[in-house]
Amino acid sequence: MSRVKELQKSLFGGTTSNARQFGMIFTLVAIVLLFQILTDGLTLSPGNLISLVSQYSYILILAIGMLMVIVAGHIDLSVGSVAAFVGIVVANVMQDYSVPWFPAILIGLAVGALIGAWQGFWVAYVGVPAFIVTLAGMMLFRGGNQFIGNADTIPVPEGFRTIGAGFLPEVGPDTGYNNLTLLLGLVVCVAVVIREWRGRRTRREMMADVAPMWISAIRIVIPVVVVVFATLQFAGGRVGTSFPVSGIILGVLVVIYGFVTRNTAGGRHIYAVGGNARAAELSGVKLKRVNFLVMMNMSVLAALAGMIFVARSAASGPQDGIGWELDAIAAVFVGGAAVSGGLGTISGSIVGGLVMAVLNNGLQLMGVGSDRVQIIKGVVLLLAVALDAYNKKQGRFSVIDSLMRPFRRDAALSPASAVEAGQESGKSPVAG
Amino acid sequence: MSGAPVLLEMRSITKEFPGVKALSDVNLVVRAGEIHAIAGENGAGKSTLMKVLSGVYPYGSYSGQILYRGTESRFSDIRASEQAGIVIIHQELALVPGMSITENIFLGNEPGRGGVIDWKVANRRALELMARVGLEEDPDTLIKDIGVGKQQLVEIAKAFAKDVKLLILDEPTAALNEDDSQHLLDLLRDFKGRGITSIIISHKLNEIAQVADSITILRDGKTIETLDIKADGVDEDRIVRGMVGRELHSRFPDHTPNIGEVFFEVRDWTVRHPISADRLVAKHSSFTVRRGEIVGFAGLMGAGRTELAMSLFGRSYGTYVSGQIFKDGQEIVLKSVSDAIEHGLAYVSEDRKSIGLNLLDDIKTSMVSAKLSKISSHGVIDHVREYQAAESYRTSLRVKAPSVDEGVTKLSGGNQQKVVLAKWMFTDPDLLILDEPTRGIDVGAKYEIYGIIQRLADQGKGVVVISSELPELIGLCDRIYTVFEGTITGDIDRQDADPELLLKQMTSAKKAQRS
Repeated sequence: MSRVKELQKSLFGGTTSNARQFGMIFTLVAIVLLFQILTDGLTLSPGNLISLVSQYSYILILAIGMLMVIVAGHIDLSVGSVAAFVGIVVANVMQDYSVPWFPAILIGLAVGALIGAWQGFWVAYVGVPAFIVTLAGMMLFRGGNQFIGNADTIPVPEGFRTIGAGFLPEVGPDTGYNNLTLLLGLVVCVAVVIREWRGRRTRREMMADVAPMWISAIRIVIPVVVVVFATLQFAGGRVGTSFPVSGIILGVLVVIYGFVTRNTAGGRHIYAVGGNARAAELSGVKLKRVNFLVMMNMSVLAALAGMIFVARSAASGPQDGIGWELDAIAAVFVGGAAVSGGLGTISGSIVGGLVMAVLNNGLQLMGVGSDRVQIIKGVVLLLAVALDAYNKKQGRFSVIDSLMRPFRRDAALSPASAVEAGQESGKSPVAG
Repeated sequence: MSGAPVLLEMRSITKEFPGVKALSDVNLVVRAGEIHAIAGENGAGKSTLMKVLSGVYPYGSYSGQILYRGTESRFSDIRASEQAGIVIIHQELALVPGMSITENIFLGNEPGRGGVIDWKVANRRALELMARVGLEEDPDTLIKDIGVGKQQLVEIAKAFAKDVKLLILDEPTAALNEDDSQHLLDLLRDFKGRGITSIIISHKLNEIAQVADSITILRDGKTIETLDIKADGVDEDRIVRGMVGRELHSRFPDHTPNIGEVFFEVRDWTVRHPISADRLVAKHSSFTVRRGEIVGFAGLMGAGRTELAMSLFGRSYGTYVSGQIFKDGQEIVLKSVSDAIEHGLAYVSEDRKSIGLNLLDDIKTSMVSAKLSKISSHGVIDHVREYQAAESYRTSLRVKAPSVDEGVTKLSGGNQQKVVLAKWMFTDPDLLILDEPTRGIDVGAKYEIYGIIQRLADQGKGVVVISSELPELIGLCDRIYTVFEGTITGDIDRQDADPELLLKQMTSAKKAQRS
C-alpha cells in the first residue's frame, strides 16, 4: 500500500468509496479557490455563501434521500414532481382552508409519506422497477400539481416562508456578528473534536492501530479552520441575514441520515440489498420492507424539499421542481455512489452536490450564460464518473497516486496477500 | 506422448502485478495431440498463466517467450490468440442466456457478408458443430432453457466454430454432475483422436488422472514439475503431493463423532416448483438430524437437494405444500429467513459469489451480516464489538487476510468460504446446512473446512452437508441420505457407505430399506 493511500485511509477512514470522496473534497476545495480568484473574492463573500446555502439546500436534501435509493439499487425520477405536488397541496390548504403554517408542514410531510408508500408499494411488493414507477410518478404528480393549482401559482403566508427564506434571529448583545450563528459554529467545532476523540477511543478498544497524533491534529484543525471561517462569514453578513434556516434543516438531516446509514442495522440493510439482494435476503434482511422504506423516505424528503422551495420563493407554481431529480442524481454520482448500487455515502453525496452547486454559482457570478453552465456541468458529471471507472479498472486511485508515485515506498506485501492482490487484478479470485 | 512434436512452449514466463510476482519463471511444454492438465492450488498462478497465453495480458506485460507451432507468438489480445487457434473456455460460461444455441455459437464470429448474417449457413454449420460435440438439441433453443452440461457443450462448439487447435478448459466440470462430466471427458478423448490438443485446468484430481496424458503442477507461481501420467504412474496422491509440497496423509482430519439424540426432524416435507406449479421439487421428504452428527445429502445435480434445503430455510425456494419441522420435540414454523435464523438454522449456499456474499463488503461486515442484532443495541451498531467478533473468527478459522477490513473479493475461494462459514457460525445456529461447502476450493483449504465442520459437530450442533462429491460425503459424514428427483431414497450409515451403493440409490426411485 502506498504512503499516499495510507494517509488517505487514515484521514478519511477505510471504506470502499473513499478514494472518490478524497478526490471530491480536493476538487471542491480547488473549485472554491478557483472561483474565489476568478470572481475577485465574490464566491466566499457572506452574501454569496448565504445565497448558495439557501439556493441549494433543497437539492442537497433530495441528494440524501437519493443516495439511499441509489445505494439500494433503485432510482427516483419523481422527486421534482412530488416536491411540486406537495408544495401546491400545502399552499392550497393554507390559502383555502386557512390552516396555520406548522400543521400545514405536517400535512405536507404526510402527503409525502403517502406518495412514498404508493411508490414503495409498486417497487417493493409488486416488483415494478423503480425507474418505471417513478417515471409514472413524475408525470402523475406533475399533472396533480397543475390540477390542484389550476396551472397557476398560489402564494404562501409569511410564517411558512421561514423554512425557506428565514435566518437565525438576532439575540443577545451586539457583537457585530449574529450571535446564534457564532454559537452554531462553536457547537460544530466542538462536535468535530469530540468525534475525532471518540474515533480514537474506538480504534483503541478494537486494539487496532490508532493513527498518529498528527493525523488526528490535521483531522481536527482543517475542519475547524473551515468552520470558523464559514461561521464568521455567515455571522458577519448584511444585518438581518445570517445562517439560513434551510441550511440548519439540511445540517440536521445530514447528521441524522449519516448516522442511520453508517451506524444502524437498518442502514446496513440498505447497503446489503444494493450490494447483493439475494444474499441479503438469505441473510434474513426483509428485502421488501427495505425497498419500501427507502422509496417512501425519498418522497418524504422530496416533500420537505418542495416546501422549503415554496417557502423561499413565497409561492407554489406549476414549474416548481423541474429537473431536480437530475440534480440530485448527479450529486449522488459525482459524490461516489455506484450506478449498480451498494456503494456511496451521505457525506460523499453532499460534497458531490456542493461541487455542482459551487460550479453553478461560480459560473453565474462570472456571468456565464445558463447554456454554457449546463454544458460545463454535463462534462463535469461525465468526467467525475469516468475517472472513477478508469480508477476501478486500474485497481487503484490513480490521479494523486500517479503524481506521488516517485515518492512511494516499495512496501513489501506479505506473501498471502501478494498472491491474492495479483489475482484481484485478474478479476477471478476463485480459479487460480 | 513424448514422441509427438511440441505444439506450445512457454519459456520462463514471469508476470508481475504491482508489488506481486504472480508467475515467476514458469515453463510449460504441450505436445501436439495430447491432453495436458495444469494443477495447483488456488493462487498458484494457473489462471494467470492461461491469461498470458490467450493474450488477456498482452505481449509486453510479461517477460518470457511463447513459442506456438514453432514460432514466437506475441498476442496483443484475445482475438489475436483466437486467430491462431487458441481458444479458452472459462469457468464462468460466456453465453448469452436469452439467445439461441446458433446465435451463441457464432457470436462475434457470424457467417455472412457485410454484417448481414446468413442464417441458413449459420444453422447448418451449427448443426455440424453440435454433432461434433454430441449435443442433441434444436439449434433454435435458447441457452437458458438447457442445462449447464449442455451449455458447456455449446461453449465447446463455439470454440470449434473458430477453428480451434489448442483448446483450454478452465474447470470445465466444476458445475457439472457426474454424467455430464463423464461425457465431457469422453469428448476430450475423442478430440485427441482428431488431433486437437487440450489444456485442462481442474481441481478434480481423479478426472486429471483419468483423462490427461501429462500434467504440469504449479505452486506459488512457479513450475514444480511436469509429469507423464502413464510413464510416471501418477495418481491422485502424487498430484496432491506436488500441489501442496508435502505428503497429505489423509484428505480428512481424524474425527471421533460424539452423537447425541435426535433434535431436528422434518416430516413429509413437500414443496412445489416456484414456476411450474405441477412440479414437486421435494416429495414427502422426511429426515432427522442428531446432535453432533454430520449428515450428508447425496444426489445428482437437479435431484432437489438445494431446493429442499432452501425451502426449509424460511421458505426461500418454491411454494410450501405440506410438511412439518420439529426442533427439540417442538414443531417450529419458519415462514421467513429471519424466522429460520431465530430458530437456530443456518444455510450456507452453494454459490457463495452470487448469493452467499455481498462482494462489496469487507470481511467484518460480511461476518456479522446475518445477525446484526448481536452487535447492536436498539438498532445501533457497536463497531467495536463488530470488529472484535470478526477478528476472533479471522484468527480461529485462519482466514488469510491482513485484517478484517479487507474486501472479500480480494480473498481466494477457500478464504471466502471461511468468511461465509463465520457469517453463519456467528448466528449461533443449532443446525447448519452446508451446500457444496468445498466447491471450487483447493485441497489444503478443503482439509481446513472439513476440520471446521467437525468442530461444529463436536460442539453439539447438527450439520447437514450437501455435496456432489461422493468421496467427500463418505469421508466426512456419519450418515448419508440419498435423494432422487425430490424423493429421499436411502439412509445409509457411515460404515455401509460406498460409492456404488450411494450411486445406486441416487439413481433409483425405489426407496431402499435402511441398511
